[in-house]
Amino acid sequence: MQEVHAETLQTLLNSFAGKDVYIHLETTNGSYAAHYDEKFFNAGAFIRNAKISYEHAKVVGTEQYRVGLKMPHGWVYAQGITHYELDEFGRILMAGLDYSGKLAVALEISETPFTY
Amino acid sequence: MLNLQPQRQILIVYPHPDDEAFSVAGTISYYRKKMNTPVTYACLTLGEMGRNLGNPPFATRESLPEIRRKELQAAAAAMGIEDLRMLGFRDKTVEFEDDEKMVNVMADLIAELNPSLIFTFYPGFAVHPDHEATARAVVEAVRRIPQAERPEVYGCAFANDTLEKLGEPHVMVNISEMKADKIQTIKAHASQTGWMIQEAEKRADDGEPLSESWLNFERFYIVNPDHFAK
Repeated sequence: MQEVHAETLQTLLNSFAGKDVYIHLETTNGSYAAHYDEKFFNAGAFIRNAKISYEHAKVVGTEQYRVGLKMPHGWVYAQGITHYELDEFGRILMAGLDYSGKLAVALEISETPFTY
Repeated sequence: MLNLQPQRQILIVYPHPDDEAFSVAGTISYYRKKMNTPVTYACLTLGEMGRNLGNPPFATRESLPEIRRKELQAAAAAMGIEDLRMLGFRDKTVEFEDDEKMVNVMADLIAELNPSLIFTFYPGFAVHPDHEATARAVVEAVRRIPQAERPEVYGCAFANDTLEKLGEPHVMVNISEMKADKIQTIKAHASQTGWMIQEAEKRADDGEPLSESWLNFERFYIVNPDHFAK
């Protein structure tokens, strides 16, 4: 993955608009967050291989980006995206990596299902 | 010197590649290399949800599992384990699997291998939901075996209230003789090493130098399955 270049990522996202795609969306603080800090309220969400279609996508921000997908009847978005790549299988992998290199958020888009 | 009881067969059951490195790597290396004890390691997931991808990143969410599969194989080799089973569950979903299915997975392993000793986590004191779910399934599978035929179960516990609630570990293994093997096992999980050092610091006893605590001792609580009857 490389640091987000907004225009390039925008172009990639545009190329998936209107198609049936599978998404992986994840936010996480890690399962140990409340172990290290018992006052920490640990929350996260995960969905993998949900099949959606979006009308358009938008990349907004500087350094840490927000990526939103507008669907016919709703929205998908991720906040804190820092890195992305178009991988060898033609999937857009986006991730937000914190200052220590830990994944905090991921949004991935593929025309074929991700592995299990 | 280690004063470990001879075992017919050992079964290790953990959900993530690297769980074994801190918990049992020294003890297992001794059993394999000094006592030639048969050891099977059943690892439920490939740690697919590991957070450490680096910045700049060395992996993606999608490439991490294969990296960790190779690390797990290297870690098993470092301990001298020849029978490594990767069970194909997904990281962070173990607790959402059907409970009875998970008990059956463990019961099948036990029936096949007939272990005299099982290493896993201690239910209620294992912090991570996958650890808890794994330990619950193992302990329930053992609980269903007639008492006289049950393998012994050693559980690792590292929740913050472990000492307060469980007291001192029942089994304290001085693994200083196998320190190099333990370090080798930890290093095998290179993608996770930074994270694991932080984890080790948390586990280390207060006032005890880090290296002394986690490279020289492994601590276990003996699990009584009847305490966990449904």
